Amino acid sequence: MSQTARTLDRIFRTESGPVLATLIRILGDFQLAEDALQDAFTAAIETWSTDGQPASPGAWLATTARRKALDRLRHLRIVEAKTSELALSIRLERGAYGWRDDIEVSPVPDDQLRLMFTCCHPALSQEAQVALTLRTLGGLSLAEIARAFLVNEDAIAQRVTRAKQKIARARIPYEVPERESLPPRLDAVLSVLYLVFNEGYLASARGPLVRGDLVDEALRLARSLCELLPGEPEPLGLLALMLLHDSRREARTTDAGDLVLLEEQDRTRWNRALIEEGIRLVEQALRMGRPGPYQIQSAIAAVHAEASTAAQTDWRQIAVLYEQLLRHQRTPVIELNRAVALSFATTAAEGLELLARIEATASLERYAPFHLARADMLRRLGRRDESRECYRRALPLAQNEQVRRFIEQRLNEDAR
Amino acid sequence: MKYALLIYAAEKDWAGKSAEEQKRIYDEYWTYTVELKKSGKMLSCEPLDPTSTATTIRVRNGKTIPTDGPFADTKEQLGGIYVVDVKDLNEAIAWASKIPDARAGSIEIRPLMNVPEM
Repeated sequence: MSQTARTLDRIFRTESGPVLATLIRILGDFQLAEDALQDAFTAAIETWSTDGQPASPGAWLATTARRKALDRLRHLRIVEAKTSELALSIRLERGAYGWRDDIEVSPVPDDQLRLMFTCCHPALSQEAQVALTLRTLGGLSLAEIARAFLVNEDAIAQRVTRAKQKIARARIPYEVPERESLPPRLDAVLSVLYLVFNEGYLASARGPLVRGDLVDEALRLARSLCELLPGEPEPLGLLALMLLHDSRREARTTDAGDLVLLEEQDRTRWNRALIEEGIRLVEQALRMGRPGPYQIQSAIAAVHAEASTAAQTDWRQIAVLYEQLLRHQRTPVIELNRAVALSFATTAAEGLELLARIEATASLERYAPFHLARADMLRRLGRRDESRECYRRALPLAQNEQVRRFIEQRLNEDAR
Repeated sequence: MKYALLIYAAEKDWAGKSAEEQKRIYDEYWTYTVELKKSGKMLSCEPLDPTSTATTIRVRNGKTIPTDGPFADTKEQLGGIYVVDVKDLNEAIAWASKIPDARAGSIEIRPLMNVPEM
């Protein structure tokens, strides 16, 4: 790759989201905006290599893309039927700039926010929301998205195309939701970003490249969401949560790629800078006085991060936080986590009792971490046979290769 | 932008309700429909008779084959349709979620295709 090509590639990554967001507003059409942006990039490769890079690449791209869109529309106007001609001219008038070529356009941050809410509209499936967000806001190629989610490229392409068609035909609006519907809509955006992050974070077994792409993208989008909605505490909570998780990146696997449990991690390998930023953000969010699930989860991660050894963890505090979390989201998984925290804060026997009550609901029967938690508590109580039985039950349910290897190790140790 | 709001609910549940309960739901629909009409956004309102009155038609090899009953046997049946003219999907969602059957049944929102000169 030549120097210019590399520079262009970097600019594409950082500018395509903001520029595309603004183009969609001006042109009122997802597909047209994307095609026009592609045209502008092609033009940039030619122009920038001779004339040099413009002072504001984003504005150059937006302005050029708008002109390219006009070219496309003029062409369409000639070849297409009367009805669509009418639709196109109406759309352009709504864009307020008419057919003039010499209009300067700059990306506007609010457009990005609109685009986030459109891509994560609940009328789209969550799979589609994720793909569309990464494609339009993240500037990831279809191939990159496909690789990250282990699906073939055609499936991703179809998902994105269908989502764009639905946006246009069902008229999913391009706007930031009104105050009263903001919380649920914001939840949808946050869960897409968290899903992207987790996909990258948990996929480290699939190679550093895949992981890095998704984690970085999730962090970048979460950061811009925080900037765009400065009065909202939950985006800050999510960003803090991601940073605090990411701070353990180096310590959570061995060089051979084996999983290391939180309490066995070498805490000197945790990234202090990320931890400090994460804790600062949690505090900033909590000061707003509107706690929510992401803030509470990040507070839990912060308690872990503040303990210099596993033994010093303030499990009582963590159990209290899980109890608060249960008030927002009563799920068996959170009950499980609370039981684990309590088992450390009090005794393994008390933890087991709590687990027995969750077991009564039977909803975690197919969930490996449930059996692993039980196995661990039994192990701490010296009830080794029962513990081994639980590890054996967890084995076929393991979510990934790393967890499977971890269970096998435990079974081998205990056999000795 | 025109949308059809298709109301799906279990007919069985309706039949199992007491007369007072049924009247209460009728009244709720009445209030909703008046509100929608007053907003100027309602194009039509079409409650349907139950699927026990339905006839389904298929033409195969040029022959018309009528069968008794609805197109598909499902837990919830199409019970009525509102057609509204609103700004966008968000507004359609807002109106759809006020339909009484949205609470027990489901409302499917379908944009109407824009076919000119029809």
